Amino acid sequence: MTTSAHPPPHAEGSYLDPGGRKGLLGWILSTDHKRIAILYLVCLTVLFFAGATIGVLMRLEQLTPGSTIMKAQTYNAMFTLHGVIMIFMFVIPGLPAVFGNFLLPILIGARDVSFPRLNLASWYFFVAGTILAVMSLFTGSGPPDTGWTFYAPFSIRTGTNVSLAVFAAFILGFSSILTGINFITTIHRLRAPGMTWLRMPLFPWALYATGWIQVLVTPIIAITLLLVILERFFGVGVFDPAKGGDPLLYQHLFWIYSHPAVYIMILPAMGAISEIIPTHAHRTIFGYKFIAASSIAIAAVGSLVWAHHMFTSGMSEAANTIFSLLTFLVAIPSAIKVFNWTATLYKGSIDLTPPMLYALTFIFLFSIGGLTGVMQGALALNVHLHDTYFIVGHFHYVMFGGTGFGFFAAMLHWFPKITGRMYSRKAAVASWFPLFVGFNLLYFTMLVLGMMGMPRRYFDHLPQYHTGHVVATVGSWFLAAGLLMLAGTFIIALFRGEKAPANPWGGVTLEWQIPSPPPVENFETIPTITRPPYEFNPVEAG
Amino acid sequence: MTGGVRGEVLAAGPASRASHRDPLGAKIGMWLFLFTEIVLFGGLFILYSAYRARYPHEFHEGGQHLNWIIGVANTVILLTSSLTVALSVTAVRKGRQRRAMALLALTVLLAAGFLVNKYFEWGAEIRAGLYPNGPELAGRAPGEQLFFGLYFSMTGLHGLHVLGGIGVLLAMIGLLWRGRIRSDDFVLLENAGLYWHLVDVIWIFLLPLFYLSA
Repeated sequence: MTTSAHPPPHAEGSYLDPGGRKGLLGWILSTDHKRIAILYLVCLTVLFFAGATIGVLMRLEQLTPGSTIMKAQTYNAMFTLHGVIMIFMFVIPGLPAVFGNFLLPILIGARDVSFPRLNLASWYFFVAGTILAVMSLFTGSGPPDTGWTFYAPFSIRTGTNVSLAVFAAFILGFSSILTGINFITTIHRLRAPGMTWLRMPLFPWALYATGWIQVLVTPIIAITLLLVILERFFGVGVFDPAKGGDPLLYQHLFWIYSHPAVYIMILPAMGAISEIIPTHAHRTIFGYKFIAASSIAIAAVGSLVWAHHMFTSGMSEAANTIFSLLTFLVAIPSAIKVFNWTATLYKGSIDLTPPMLYALTFIFLFSIGGLTGVMQGALALNVHLHDTYFIVGHFHYVMFGGTGFGFFAAMLHWFPKITGRMYSRKAAVASWFPLFVGFNLLYFTMLVLGMMGMPRRYFDHLPQYHTGHVVATVGSWFLAAGLLMLAGTFIIALFRGEKAPANPWGGVTLEWQIPSPPPVENFETIPTITRPPYEFNPVEAG
Repeated sequence: MTGGVRGEVLAAGPASRASHRDPLGAKIGMWLFLFTEIVLFGGLFILYSAYRARYPHEFHEGGQHLNWIIGVANTVILLTSSLTVALSVTAVRKGRQRRAMALLALTVLLAAGFLVNKYFEWGAEIRAGLYPNGPELAGRAPGEQLFFGLYFSMTGLHGLHVLGGIGVLLAMIGLLWRGRIRSDDFVLLENAGLYWHLVDVIWIFLLPLFYLSA
C-alpha cells in the first residue's frame, strides 16, 4: 500500500530506539508523547487486570447464596476498589492517555504536544495517585467501603481509610486536567499547515471535546473530594445534617463531575471507532461534520444531565422532569454517531479485520448500553430500576462494551503502528468469541436480574436470583478467558510478531504515512494538508 | 496509495523540540488552567449560594462576627499587588529587568502582608472558639456553623493560593535574575501575572460574601 516515497519500516531513529538515555530512565524521563503513551499503556494494563481480577472474585462470591469466598465487609471493599480502579485509573485516563498521547500529534501533523514536560508530569501525577490509592488499602483502619461514589454522609462517618483514597482520586484528577489542557492547546496551536478544523480526523475531534470536559468539570470533583477530607478532619459541616449541611448537595457536586466523566470515558472511544470504521471499510466516513459536531454536542448536553443519578434522592418534581428531558436529549448525538458509522459501512469494501470486528462489537454493545440508559432516563421506570443490577449491567455495557471494546479495537488497529509488529489475526478473532459470549452472559443477565429486583452492591442474594447469578458468574469466566487470550495475543506479537508495514490496513490518515514504529520526530518534514481526512481513492488503491 | 499527496515539503525543516516556542499556546494553556481554578472555587460558591438561600438569617449573624476592617484592608493590599505585578510585566516589556524584579518583590511583600493579616484574623476567631467543632461555634445554630465552615474552607483555599502565588512570584524573580525572562520572551511572567490576578479576583468575591454579609 505504501509508495516508495516512504522510508521502510524500522527506519533509523524509531522512537523505540532513539539513542540518548537507555533503559528505564530513558522511558520515565522522556517527554516524547509516544513514550509517555507507552508508560500509560503499561500502567493501565496492570490496573485493568487488577480491576478485572477483583470483578471475577466478586462474581465468584455470588456463585452461591451466603458467604462463598469472602466476608461481607471484604465484599464492600472489593466493589469500592473495583470501581475506583476501573473508573479513575482505567477508563478515565484510558484512550486519551494511551492512544491520544501516541496519536494526537501524529494525526494532526505535529512533532509532539504543546507542553511535553507537562505531559510527563501528568503521568507522574497518575502514578502518584495510583500509589496513594494502593496505600489506602493497607494503611489506616481498613480499605474504603463506600463504593467509588464516596457518598456523604457515609464517607464522612465510616472508620475506613476514605481520606487517603479520596486524596488519591484528587491527585488523579490533576493528571486528567493537565492532559486535557495539553490536548486542547495542542489542537489549537499545532495542526499542520492546511489542516483546517474540518480537515482534522475525528479522533482528535473527540479528544478536543473530551479535553474541554476534563478541564471544565474535573475541578468540581476536586473540590468535592477536598471537602470530604476537610469534613473528616475538621468537621466543617457542609455535608453534615447535624450542622445544617445537606448530603444531597454532595450528590449534586459529585455527579456534576461524574456524569460528564462518563463522556470523558466514552467520547475518545467513539473517536477511535470513527477512525477504524472508514479505514477498514475503505470508504469516506459518512456525515463527517455531524460526527465531529456530535462530539461537541455530547460534551455540552452531557454536562447538563447529572441529576438523573438522583431521581430517587428526593429532588423536586420539576428538577426530576427537566433532568429526565435533558437525558433523553443527550441520546440524540450518540445516535447520530451510530447511524453515521453504519451508513459508512453501506457500499464500503469491508475487511472484517480484527479491529473492524471489535469496532462493530463496540457499536452493538454500546447501542444496548445507550438504550438501557434511555430507559433509566424515564422517571417512572427509574424508580423501579434505581440501585439494581440493571444499572450495573447498563454501565458495563457502556463502559466495558463501549470504552473497553473501543480500547481493544484501538489497540488492534494501532498496535502495528505503535510496536512495529503484527499480531496473529486468528488469535485476535479467537479471543473475540469468549469475550463476546462471556460479556453478554455476564451483563445481559445482570440487566434481567435488575429488572427482577436484585439490588446492586449486596453481598448476598435471595433464592429467586440464584440462577441468574450462576449464569453471570459463568459468563465472567468466559470473559476472563477472552481477556487473557487477547492479552496473550499482544504479548506473543511483541516478541514473535512479524514486522508490520507502515500501512497494514490501507489507511489514509497521517499516522499511516510514516514508518511503523514512528521515528522520534514523527515527520521528517511537517506535511501540508490539502484534503479532507478520509479520502479513499478506489483507482489508486490496489 | 495516497503517497506524497500530503507530503509537500515545508520550507521550515525539522525543528528540534527544544527550540519550540509558542507564547500564544502558553497563554491558551494558562487560561485553561485558570478556568479550572474558577470551577474549583465555583463548587464552593455553589454550596455558599445554596446554604445562604436556606439560612439567610444565620449567614447574617455569622457575618457580624467577622472583622470587616481586616477584610477591606486585605482587599486593598491584594488590589495593590495586582497593580504591581501588572507594572512588572510592563517593565520587562520595556527591558527594565531590575525595575521588574523590584516590583515583583513588592508584590511578594504585599502577598505576605495579606497572609499575616489572615493569621491574626483566624487566630482571633479560633481563640473565640468560632471554628468548626469549636466550643463557641458548636452551640450555635446549624446555619451559622455552616457559615463558619464555608468561611474557613473558602478563605483557607484562597490562602493556599496566595501561598502558591508567592512561590510562583519568587520563581519569576529568579528567572528574571538569570535572564530567562526578557523583553522578547516574557510569557512566563505574563502567565504568573494572570494567575495572581485570578487570586485577586476570587478574593474580591469572598469579601462581600463573608465580611459584608452582615
